[in-house]
Amino acid sequence: MTTAAAPATVGLDAAPRSRSSGLWRDALRNILRQRNARVGLSILTILVLSAIFADVLSPYDPDKTLLGAEKRLAPPCVHLLGCAAAKPEHPFGLDANGRDEFSRVLHGARISLQVGFITVGFAIVLGMLLGLVSGYAGGWTETLIMRVMDVLLVFPALLLAIAIVAALGPGLINAQLAIGIVAIPVYARVMRASVLTVRESDFVTASRALGESPFGLIFRRILPNALTPIIVAGTLGIAGAVLDIAALSFLGLGAQPPLAEWGSMIGQDRNYVFTAPHLIWFPGLALALTVFGFNLLGDGLRDALDPRLNR
Amino acid sequence: MTRYIIRRLLITIPVLFGVIVLVFIVGRLLPGDPCRILLGERATDAVCAEFNHRLGFDLPVLEQFAVYLGNLGHGDLGTSFRTSRPVATLLIERLPMTLELSLYALLFATTVGILLGVVSAYKRNSAVDVLTMAGANLGVSIPVFVLGLLLASLFALVLKGTPFALPPSGRLTAGISIVPLAVRWGMENDHGPLRAVVDFVSNMYSLNGLLSAQWDIFADAIRHLILPAVALGTIPLAIIARITRSSLVDVLGLDYIRTARAKGLGDRGVVRRHALPNAMLPLVTIVGLQVGGLLSGAVLTETIFVLPGVGLATYDAITSHDFAVIQGFTLVIAIGFLLINLLVDLSYGYLDPRIRPT
Repeated sequence: MTTAAAPATVGLDAAPRSRSSGLWRDALRNILRQRNARVGLSILTILVLSAIFADVLSPYDPDKTLLGAEKRLAPPCVHLLGCAAAKPEHPFGLDANGRDEFSRVLHGARISLQVGFITVGFAIVLGMLLGLVSGYAGGWTETLIMRVMDVLLVFPALLLAIAIVAALGPGLINAQLAIGIVAIPVYARVMRASVLTVRESDFVTASRALGESPFGLIFRRILPNALTPIIVAGTLGIAGAVLDIAALSFLGLGAQPPLAEWGSMIGQDRNYVFTAPHLIWFPGLALALTVFGFNLLGDGLRDALDPRLNR
Repeated sequence: MTRYIIRRLLITIPVLFGVIVLVFIVGRLLPGDPCRILLGERATDAVCAEFNHRLGFDLPVLEQFAVYLGNLGHGDLGTSFRTSRPVATLLIERLPMTLELSLYALLFATTVGILLGVVSAYKRNSAVDVLTMAGANLGVSIPVFVLGLLLASLFALVLKGTPFALPPSGRLTAGISIVPLAVRWGMENDHGPLRAVVDFVSNMYSLNGLLSAQWDIFADAIRHLILPAVALGTIPLAIIARITRSSLVDVLGLDYIRTARAKGLGDRGVVRRHALPNAMLPLVTIVGLQVGGLLSGAVLTETIFVLPGVGLATYDAITSHDFAVIQGFTLVIAIGFLLINLLVDLSYGYLDPRIRPT
């Protein structure tokens, strides 16, 4: 990341640049050395691929009610596993509206991944901005920002999100907004802590002495050095965001039917848990796998990128 | 120590005020005219004017806040739009159920979590450790509502007819009725604070059965709480197991542990007498933090297992746009969570002398 910064003064940048590319290669090697990270990355790769190619991979339109040989709530049917060849093949069965559950679960990957990245991205951008400003400015600006963050942290995240969405009105956008707002303090705190540490270090003082503007100091010197904890917190944050948005959708506050979102699908079909459990199993498994993948990757990243843990 | 407590209390006051301000602001986020949202598009202007006046929506915002604050001062959390009952009354009725559920979930999470964490730390890198930690990773990844539904289908459908079958919904088996403790103890004419406490306790059915020695009710109430408590407690359990393990692993590497071993103390003695007490410190914070998760997870758990606590009340309020209830519930839970964190911090100062500022 530091290589992206345009060199302001050649003498100062030449050395860190050659070293930093090695640093990132080291980091990548460290990440791949972690079993957790490898498993997490594999799961997420499969998920991302199925999200990208959902349209190609799904045998049916996820929103289309299938009429004909199929019956609604039909259990999974795979010919290779002994399902009668006369029946049409539906690996995950059909839902209450006669839609192909497999196609819906595949398309759900797209929504959950999108929603996770957008929500956490929103929280990271705002959180980093607030953390930077408060860490760099200090004084009453810092006090004000950090006290507001403290207040946000007092609320159990999901509960505050429920209250916000209940007020704003249900919908996927509002749910993302609510989960995003609730997540801001985490990144603001991490960012501020990093800024406070880096601000006093010698290379920042040196840059300042060489006449770098505050803007340049923040974005070229302080920000790149604070990125590691943000990346770790962000990866774990996506896991939490995916989980919380699915929970909001389950409660009817997030994604609205007929959108194929896992939480909303489970919420819609939860009364069929005894008669057609495949409607809970498959989206539930997909949801758990996604969260599992991000959690593993986040843990692996933390172990790989935090030099203090590598002693 | 006294100065530490006083300082910690003083820090809490502005945060508490901030919490109230935030809940108030969220309450005013309702887009458009609250009356049209709550009463429907076809409410007449006259009805709306009366409605807004009654709820104080026609006042300037600051004045509304002053009224809100004043009402909170004497325990008025607002009135349910739908049932016209005070929100505080509703919460007092429903809170025992939620507390009972959360307590059992916390009990399950801490006992099993600490046990698993200790075993993994003790047998580090063994098969048990790897399995437990993989399980813990999986445990934090399963949504409460998915786990709840799976447990319900497993124990109520698959295991139906076996001794392991458990009820998937409700608080008591149909036909079993419960007598309030106040009636049993002849306190019907008492209306003081003691009666309120007795009523509150009486609404925790397992405690009611225990205190009045009605073992069938006690057992039945517990049986109904096992699945929801396991569903709700699994994520905290996984987190507690991980923290216990890493904290204990850290402590086991310290010099004083080596000294204890050098003195000839056995492995069990080292872990129990020397390592565990110090390793438990971070755990106090983590357990405190989990309480917030339990209380918001209760919304999902109670919805799935049809348990009439504040969580289910919140779900009902969501579906009927009864915002006052959600607001009141959020405020009470946030304040409760704030107090728990305060207690955790204070206990930390007590447990670890290094934290106390001089």
